[in-house]
Amino acid sequence: MKQYLKNTWYGIWTVLIGMKITFKHLFTPAVTIQYPDVKVPLPERVRNRLYVNIDDCIGCDQCSRACPVNCIEIETVKSLPGENLGTTSNGKKKALWVTKFNIDIAKCCYCQLCVPPCPTECIYMTDVYEFSEFERDNLVYKFANLTEEEAVEKKSNYEKFQAEKEASRQVGAAASAKPETPVKTQQENKNE
Amino acid sequence: MYQFLFNLSGSEIIATIFTAAVILVFILLFVLFAVWFERKVSAHMQDRLGPMRVGWHGVLQTIADFVKMLQKEDIIATEADRKLYTIAPVLVFTGSFAAYAAIPFSSKLLGSEVEVGIFYLLAVSSFVVAGILMAGWSSNNKYSLLGAMRSAAQIVSYEIPTALVVLSIVMLTGTLSLEKISQLQTAYFWNWNIFGGPEFSLAKFLLIPFMFVGFLIIYISTLAEVNRTPFDIPEAESELVAGYFTEYCGMKWAMFMLSEYANMFAVSAIVTILFFGGYQSPFGYLGNSIGAEWLVPFEQAFWFIAKGIFFVFVQMWLRWTLPRLRVDQLMTVCWKYLIPYAFLNLIIVGFISLL
Repeated sequence: MKQYLKNTWYGIWTVLIGMKITFKHLFTPAVTIQYPDVKVPLPERVRNRLYVNIDDCIGCDQCSRACPVNCIEIETVKSLPGENLGTTSNGKKKALWVTKFNIDIAKCCYCQLCVPPCPTECIYMTDVYEFSEFERDNLVYKFANLTEEEAVEKKSNYEKFQAEKEASRQVGAAASAKPETPVKTQQENKNE
Repeated sequence: MYQFLFNLSGSEIIATIFTAAVILVFILLFVLFAVWFERKVSAHMQDRLGPMRVGWHGVLQTIADFVKMLQKEDIIATEADRKLYTIAPVLVFTGSFAAYAAIPFSSKLLGSEVEVGIFYLLAVSSFVVAGILMAGWSSNNKYSLLGAMRSAAQIVSYEIPTALVVLSIVMLTGTLSLEKISQLQTAYFWNWNIFGGPEFSLAKFLLIPFMFVGFLIIYISTLAEVNRTPFDIPEAESELVAGYFTEYCGMKWAMFMLSEYANMFAVSAIVTILFFGGYQSPFGYLGNSIGAEWLVPFEQAFWFIAKGIFFVFVQMWLRWTLPRLRVDQLMTVCWKYLIPYAFLNLIIVGFISLL
């Protein structure tokens, strides 16, 4: 009988203790973070989407070679003598037209091995981590700032230049002044 | 309200339909609110936020869910008993809706002034068992059947302590009519039955502890009758998928949820009427003091709904505090604890009311 009354008392008392605890929690601030509106600050050296500052890129292809999954594709065309491609922000002279700089972010494994080799620090990881797409092709990011026509033009210019060089070599020393002309047009094109 | 409509239209049918419609609208609005409220209460008790994106703090979440539910395909399992399967949710909701017929929301808004109101309520609320059994049986699913059987066992056993406590109140007040029980506890909160009733005498003070015990017993047993945690073994998610409505989807499932939440309020209303003064205000009426008589029924409705929602909140509070009871524990609580206490309480209240 004593045990019975004790059980009853414990039954009621422990429920009240539990209710006290839950009632307290009713007024403790929630730990939820309202994700799309509020984001957790990321760690400083977090590795997320790659970005290439193409203005600084000298087309050295070192990032592409460092990549363990071959997700960076770079094509370059040599500039013609006398062409001014400008300098990078840390003062390096650019010598190559970067006609193609594609990063297939779907392949990327976020290892960051491409970042340290870059001589101009133009490829780096950003803190953007929401970039899902419906089409897989949209995940191939094109960073080259030349349009396709321009790229073709640069290529043909260079080929022309090479061909002329070959020709001039075959013709002889007399044709040494010839390459001047295409270079001039090239500069005019660039000014446009 | 019924009388007013009857005088206005001169037709019993119109008056009945309108009164029923008002109550139905109340139930629907209450369920919309309660589902949201439950999610909010549960979330905040677990230090979460709950629905936040549809409307202010997610108030329109239930409406969005309802629209989703409307669009769902109505699937009936091939092996199910189609007729019973279709009738069951309607029957369950009818049972809980019928209970509202006798509940006095205020002195003017009462569905029907039945003299045997509390008796009718107890009778009609066990009507739900038939629907639940039907749902479990017709689903032709072992989990549904198990849930339905558990539910039947639970509701039938917990009706006994409920009835015993109701009986002690009936002995005290001398009436079965919910309206009259409410009227007796008028004026101030110390006239409520939980504080020993309106008569100022020695008996009033002697009754207070026993009334409190009675309140605890009826609250626990009605909580079990509406199948809510910690007594939710009929729909135990972790054991029986969803219990008796495992096979249901879309609007039929919504009917079960509707009746569950409607039952929660009905049961809270019973507790309110029996022990907490029904629709009576705890501190007198504003309408009386400023001389606007027409305001009183609205105030009464406000107090009634506020009290009801408070007890619904306590039900939710208990739900997110306590774990589920095992089947044998459930029966132990009922037969070994609640019933003896309720019986003892009944006898003592009987003696005191003889004083």
